[in-house]
Amino acid sequence: MVAEGSVFRYGDNVDTDVIIPARYLNTANHAELAAHCMEDIDSQFVKTVQKGDIIVADRNFGCGSSREHAPIAIKESGVSCVIARSFARIFYRNAINIGLPILECEEAAASIKAGDRVQVDFDSGTITNMTTSQVFQSEPFPPFMQELIAAGGLAAYMAQKEGV
Amino acid sequence: MGMTMSQKILAAHAGLESVRAGQLIMADLDLVLGNDITAPVAINEFAKFGKKTVFDKEKVALVPDHFTPNKDIKAAEQAKAMRTFAREHAITNYFEVGQMGIEHALLPEQGLVGAGDLVIGADSHTCTYGALGAFSTGVGSTDMAAGMASGTAWFKVPSAIRFNLSGAFGPYVSGKDLILHIIGMIGVDGALYASMEFTGKGVANLSIDDRFTVANMAIEAGAKNGIFPVDAVTLAYLDEHYKKEVRIYEADSDAEYDATYEIDLSTIKSTVSFPHLPSNTRTIDEVGEIRIDQVVIGSCTNGRIDDLRQAAQILKGRKVASHVRALIFPATQKIWKQAMAEGLFDIFVDAGCAVSTPTCGPCLGGHMGILAEGERAVSTTNRNFVGRMGHPKSEVYLASPSVAAASAVAGYIADPKNVMEA
Repeated sequence: MVAEGSVFRYGDNVDTDVIIPARYLNTANHAELAAHCMEDIDSQFVKTVQKGDIIVADRNFGCGSSREHAPIAIKESGVSCVIARSFARIFYRNAINIGLPILECEEAAASIKAGDRVQVDFDSGTITNMTTSQVFQSEPFPPFMQELIAAGGLAAYMAQKEGV
Repeated sequence: MGMTMSQKILAAHAGLESVRAGQLIMADLDLVLGNDITAPVAINEFAKFGKKTVFDKEKVALVPDHFTPNKDIKAAEQAKAMRTFAREHAITNYFEVGQMGIEHALLPEQGLVGAGDLVIGADSHTCTYGALGAFSTGVGSTDMAAGMASGTAWFKVPSAIRFNLSGAFGPYVSGKDLILHIIGMIGVDGALYASMEFTGKGVANLSIDDRFTVANMAIEAGAKNGIFPVDAVTLAYLDEHYKKEVRIYEADSDAEYDATYEIDLSTIKSTVSFPHLPSNTRTIDEVGEIRIDQVVIGSCTNGRIDDLRQAAQILKGRKVASHVRALIFPATQKIWKQAMAEGLFDIFVDAGCAVSTPTCGPCLGGHMGILAEGERAVSTTNRNFVGRMGHPKSEVYLASPSVAAASAVAGYIADPKNVMEA
C-alpha cells in the first residue's frame, strides 16, 4: 500500500479542537465534519487539500478531546497519511480504528516542509520526500493493520473477519 | 519487579498474576461510558459489529451532557439517536435531562464507579475516576462500540510517573492549582502514554473533590490515567455512594517509575494557564493586569460542591464587575440542590452571577457562554486551546474556582487574597 501527496505542515500540540472545532460536533456526518477541518489554524486547508495529501507535524499531534470526529474529518478531507514526531494516545488509537494511517518518524517530521511531495510505502515503512530525494525509515505497518485500513476501520475489519 | 497501582488493576482485569509496562493485554471492563457527541458515532460503529445486544445493560452508561439541553436541531437529533439506542437496548444507566449531570461528576455520585474498577469512556476526561482508585481512561467512539459489544478492551500496559505529595495547601489554593502547576512543570505531553500516580502523606490533606479535579486533568499532560491510593477520605465517599465491593490495589514497594516528583503542597500558589495551552502557566503574582469579559465556574473539572463553596466564599457580599458576565454551572442535579440548600445560589445571584442547569456547554464552545472575537474568559474548565470557548481569536485562562470568583469581582485576573482583603 502506497500513499502519495503534497504536504500540509503544522507544529507541536495540534489539538482536536483545531482539527475539528466543537461547534461543528452537532453532526456525525463525515462530509460536514471535513468541511471545517483545521479551519481555526489554517483557513486554506479545506480550500486547497487534494486527495492523497499528507499532513506532517511535530510533537503530540491530536492532543485534547477523545472525539473520533477529528481523525474522521482528516480522512474524509482526502488526507492519505499523517506523519508526526509523536501522537497523543487517544488520537493514535482513534486514527487506526477508523482506518487513517499515521506514522511516527522524528527525522521525517524534522525535515519535510510545506508543499513538498511525499510518498509513503506502508509495507516497508519508507517515507520518501520526492522534492528533496531524502528517504526516511519508519516502522512498517503489520499486515493486520494494513487489512484494517483497507477495510475502512476496526468495525468493518472485525465484521469481515467474523463474516457478519 | 513490582507493579504500580494502575498495573495491578489492569492485571486483575486481564486475569493475569502480573503485567509489565509495554505488554499488550485484553481486559474485562466494569463500565463503558458515552455522551451525546461520542455515542452517536459509537452507535453507528456498534451496528457494523453485527451484535444485537450490548454485553451488559447495567455496565453501559449514556449521559447527554455536552450539547444539552439541546442547543439546536442537529444536537437534538444526536441526543435523540442516543436516547433511542438506550431504550432499544434497555440501558439501565441512561440519564435524561432532569436527572443528568456532567458525566464525570455524575457517575461517581451515582455509585457507578469505585475503587479497583476498570472503566473506559468515549470522553477524554474519563480519567477522573482515578480519584477513587479506579483505572479509567478516555477512548474514541470505535473503542466504545467494541467495549459495548464485547465488555472487553485491549490495553498497552502503561509505565508510571509518581507525584509524591507532602504538606497541605495554604488559603485559597486547591486541587486545580496543583494540577495546573504539574502540567506547567512537565508539559502537555509530559506524561504521554503513562499513568500519573499520586502518593505520599499529602494525599490525606486533599478532599475528594480536589482529587477529582487533579485526576480529571491527567489527560492534559497526555497521561493515560491519573490515580490516587484509597484512604479514609476515599472510603468515606465510597461508603456513601458506591454499591459494589471496594477493591483496593496498592503499588508494590519495588514498583518502578519513569520519574518521581516531590511536591510540598504548602508551596503551591494560585496558578493560571494562559492561552493557548494548559501548560502555559503562571503563578498569580506573575499574571499582570489581564482585563476579562467572562467568568465560567463549573465543568467536570470544577463543578462540584467544594468548588461552588470556594467561589461563594469570595462572592459573598460582593458584586461581579459591571463589564463581566459570570456563569455558574453546578455539575449535577444533586450538587445543584445542595448548593441551593446551603444558600450558595443567593450569594451567586445577589453578586450578579447567572446560575445554569448542568451542562458541558461553554467548556468546549458548544453553547451557554460562547466568546466573541477578542473576548477573554477566566474559566475553571480544563482546556484553553485556540477557539475552545468560541471565536478563534478569543482567549481562555484556566484557573481555580477561587481565582475565577475573585476575577469576576475585580474585572481582571485577581488573587483571591487581594479581593478578600480589599
